[in-house]
Amino acid sequence: MADTETLFETPLADLHRALGGRMVAFAGYAMPVQYPAGIMAEHLHVRSAAGLFDVSHMGQAELLGEGAAAALERVTPADIQALKPGRQRYGLLMTPEGGIFDDFMVANLGDRLLLVVNASRKHDDFALIESVLPTGVQLRRLPDRALLALQGPGAAPAMAPIAPALTALSFMGIAQAEIAGIPVIASRSGYTGEDGWEISAPAGEAEALAKHLLGLPGVQPAGLGARDSLRLEAGLCLYGTDIDESTSPVEAALTWSIGKRRRMAWDFPGAGRVRDELANGTARLRVGLRPEGRQPARGETMIHVPGGDTIGSITSGGFGPSLGGPMAMGYVARPHAADGTPIELIVRGKPIPARVTPMPFVPHRYAR
Amino acid sequence: MPELKYTQDHEWVQAEGDAATIGITDHAQNALGDVVFVDLPEVGREVAAGEAIAVVESVKAASDVYAPIAGRVVEVNAALTDDPGLINREPTGSGWFFKIEPADPAAIGALMDESAYAAFVDSQA
Repeated sequence: MADTETLFETPLADLHRALGGRMVAFAGYAMPVQYPAGIMAEHLHVRSAAGLFDVSHMGQAELLGEGAAAALERVTPADIQALKPGRQRYGLLMTPEGGIFDDFMVANLGDRLLLVVNASRKHDDFALIESVLPTGVQLRRLPDRALLALQGPGAAPAMAPIAPALTALSFMGIAQAEIAGIPVIASRSGYTGEDGWEISAPAGEAEALAKHLLGLPGVQPAGLGARDSLRLEAGLCLYGTDIDESTSPVEAALTWSIGKRRRMAWDFPGAGRVRDELANGTARLRVGLRPEGRQPARGETMIHVPGGDTIGSITSGGFGPSLGGPMAMGYVARPHAADGTPIELIVRGKPIPARVTPMPFVPHRYAR
Repeated sequence: MPELKYTQDHEWVQAEGDAATIGITDHAQNALGDVVFVDLPEVGREVAAGEAIAVVESVKAASDVYAPIAGRVVEVNAALTDDPGLINREPTGSGWFFKIEPADPAAIGALMDESAYAAFVDSQA
C-alpha cells in the first residue's frame, strides 16, 4: 500500500485507526476493510445485533429547484416525479446505449431531492446529471457530509430511545432528526438486507455521532469486508463488479427499478434497448449460484453446462458467513437461468458442481 | 522439538524424522482473516521448492500456499477440510497443512530462523 498517502480520507479516519481498523484503498479512499474482530465476526454481528459502517466515501448531493424530479428523469428510468416527500427509491443512471452508468438512491426531502451515488462514480455521475439540468434546477454536491450505516436487528432497539422519529419510519422512509444533538438526515435503508439506517451528518460532527452510535447497546464497528459479504448474501449488486455500462437493467434483473409510467413513455436514455429486451428477452441474465461443498468460486470464474460449453461467468463470489457456505452471482445464457439449473464452475482447473439459486441467499429483514 | 524455520511466503517448516511438517505462520493467518476452505495437494505428489501446491480461502480472498522445499507430499491434514478455522486458531499446531519428505534435508536448514523471520515481517510492514 505504497500509495496510501495519495488516498482521500473520510471524516472518521482517526476513529478507524483508534479502533484498530485495517485500512485499504477503495475507490480512492483509505477505508477500513475490517477491525480486529475480523470480517466473519463483524458480518455475523450485523446479522445478530448491529454494526456501524462508515460509507462517507459515497457521493452525496442535493438537487434543488422547480422541476428537479423531472430533470433527474432525463438520466434515469426510475419514477422520480411520483416519489413522495419522506420517501427514498433505488434507481439507475443510464447510458444512451442502455447500459447502467451507475446505481443510486434518491430521496424526496420535500423542498429538494437528496442523492447518494457510488464513490467510484460520483464525479462522473454528478457531471452527467448537471449536463441535463434545465435553468433553475441546480445540483449541489455535499462533500462536507459524512454517511454512516447502522445495520442489523439491533439497530431499531438501539435507536428507539434516542431518535423515535427515525424508528417511526418504514423501509425506504427518510426524515431529518437529531441524534445526541447532531442534526442528521436518515433513511431506513442499507446494503446488508437487514433493518437499519443510512445516516447523513455534517462531516465535523461525524466522529461524535459515530462514537455515540458505537456506545449504544449491541453496536460494533464493521468494515467494508463485512459490507461486501452481507450485500452478496442479500443478493445486492456492486457497481463496477456485477453491473456496469455493458449490462442493461433487464440483463441485471433490475427492471423493477424502472417506473411503470416510464415504461409507457420510453422517455429515458437507452429506452430502445430496454424495450427490445423486455419484448424479446436478453441473451444473458444475472442469477444467483450456490456451489456444492465449501469451496468459494470468486469473480471471473467461468460457468459451464456440466461437462460442456461455457455459458457465462461469475461477477461476485465468496463465502457467506450466515449462509454457512459459498455463494455467487453472475450472468448465464438465458436458457440456463432457471432456478435449480445444474451448472459447473471451473475453479483452478477443477469443475465444481453448482445450481442456479434464487436470491437473496439470506432473507431480507426490512422494516416494512 | 526441532525449531521452526520460515519462508518469505509466510510458511513455517518443522523437520521431524523423515518428513517436514508445513503450515502458515500466525502473521499469515492474521493477514488472511477467517479461513473458510483449503485445497490440499494429493499425497504422493512430487513438488518443487516454491511451487504453489495448496490454496487457502478466506471470506475475502484466495491465496496460494507454496512448497517451501522440494520433495514428496507424504501426508495432508484432513482435519482442515471440516474445520478450516484450525488455521486461524492454531496456525503452528493443529492447523498444519501438509508433510513433505525432503529431496534434500539440508534445504530446511537454509530457511530463516524465528528472529530472521520476525525481522523480515517487520521489514514488510
